Amino acid sequence: MSFWSWSGFFDYLVNPFILGGVLTTIWLTAVSLVFGLMLGLLIALMRRSKLGLVRSLGVFYVWLFRGTPLLVQLIVIYTALPQVGIRFSVVQAALIGLALNEAAYLAEIIRAGIQAVPDGQSRAARALGMTERQIMRHIVMPQAFKVIIPPLGNSVNGLLKTTSVTSVISMEELLRRTQVLIQEKFMVLELFAVAAFYYLLLTSVWDFVQRRIERDFGQSTAVASLTEKR
Amino acid sequence: MIEITGVTKYYGTYPVLKNCSTHVSKGEVVVVCGPSGSGKSTLIKCVNALEPIQQGSIKVDGIEVNDPATNLPDLRSRVGLVFQNFELFPHLSIEENIMIAQRIVLGRSESLARKQAMTLLDRVGMSGHAQKYPGQLSGGQQQRVAIARALAMNPKAMLFDEPTSALDPEMISEVLDVMTNLACEGMTMMVVTHEMGFARRVASRMIFIDQGEIVEDRPTEAFFTEGRNPRAEAFLSKILHH
Ligand SMILES: Nc1ncnc2c1ncn2[C@@H]1O[C@H](COP(=O)(O)OP(=O)(O)O)[C@@H](O)[C@H]1O
Ligand SMILES: [Mg+2]
Repeated sequence: MSFWSWSGFFDYLVNPFILGGVLTTIWLTAVSLVFGLMLGLLIALMRRSKLGLVRSLGVFYVWLFRGTPLLVQLIVIYTALPQVGIRFSVVQAALIGLALNEAAYLAEIIRAGIQAVPDGQSRAARALGMTERQIMRHIVMPQAFKVIIPPLGNSVNGLLKTTSVTSVISMEELLRRTQVLIQEKFMVLELFAVAAFYYLLLTSVWDFVQRRIERDFGQSTAVASLTEKR
Repeated sequence: MIEITGVTKYYGTYPVLKNCSTHVSKGEVVVVCGPSGSGKSTLIKCVNALEPIQQGSIKVDGIEVNDPATNLPDLRSRVGLVFQNFELFPHLSIEENIMIAQRIVLGRSESLARKQAMTLLDRVGMSGHAQKYPGQLSGGQQQRVAIARALAMNPKAMLFDEPTSALDPEMISEVLDVMTNLACEGMTMMVVTHEMGFARRVASRMIFIDQGEIVEDRPTEAFFTEGRNPRAEAFLSKILHH
């Protein structure tokens, strides 16, 4: 059979160059998720600020980064910013682009989670003398967390696949490495099948993890340890 | 203990409270009643600085509530507030519900906060439920925990906003009993309620609010026996003979 080589498929399945790409995809997802979460939380809080200007900045951020394609954002960061003297390496540009973009989506998810906590909860905490910061940390966030987990999980699934977009700025993740091998070996179908296999594997593993997290948080109420309350 | 003088409050351009004046002395229990939407909850929230006022003055224990220099968290921690819907924190156990503000607002040690929680749970008859979560308790039990949570801060006064209105009839008395005991122990209390039996037994004064105005403010006995303002009359006949 000349259209499809099983031996080629299996060879590339364990090819170190491809496996390295898989690892890159994983850490790219993890690191941009962590930064995206931190920035997303900040944006979500900004959008609840008492100061109109701060709120507007938050709205503007989400509008900008949700309203333009990641592809465009990456190209601007990597190839257009040097024009004004701001230079990033490929890895830096990929991480910044992914994190900035992810933050816009996560900000909306976090904001919805915060809004799902009834106002009465904050009022009760305020009546006990808690400051706004303490209320956010000890009362609102732990409750918002449960609402945030399912859409957050879906967003991670999306992010695993979205990392492939960074191949356009030659970030050596799974897709880019697949394409590089294709240029050399011409085994187009086999190599893309290998890439698809690994994306499916990653998203399936994550689905499994996500279901466990949702189950654990759905059943028993989160037991907050009072030892780190201050 | 609580001095309310000429208080006017607007939500936007709508006046919710109009030139309200009254007071609650130390150790006194005052019951506030009035039709739905008359401004009772708003008055309670203003006393605890949960809502700002536009005119007048509210003093709690000598401290001006509306003064920008007043430390609001500190003031609030000195006035307990009990809500109609309990508002226990669902993600914390009963014990933790009572401990958390003691820990982070008053800075009490874990062991002291726990000891205080146990003492108060015992006082409201809930000591067997310390490790449960709010969702596992009945409404009456949750409200008793909410009272314990407010008392844990050692407040100088307690405010109650319709504490039994969300309860099934058979649970009302267990909450009123806790409140009656509290009153007997000398707690200063301002209670919004339509439980007139409780009011007659416990309150020293009755306040009737209608459309944001304090229409009646009289000693309890006089309120129930003497002639009243027609608006108060109409309201009372509705809730006493429903
Ligand atoms: N946050 C708010 N914004 C605007 N109007 C409000 C708000 N809270 C209450 N009101 C209005 O103020 C009036 C008094 O409300 P409230 O104090 O809750 O009355 P009560 O507790 O006596 O039923 C009502 O007409 C209500 O609709
Ligand atoms: Mg009310």
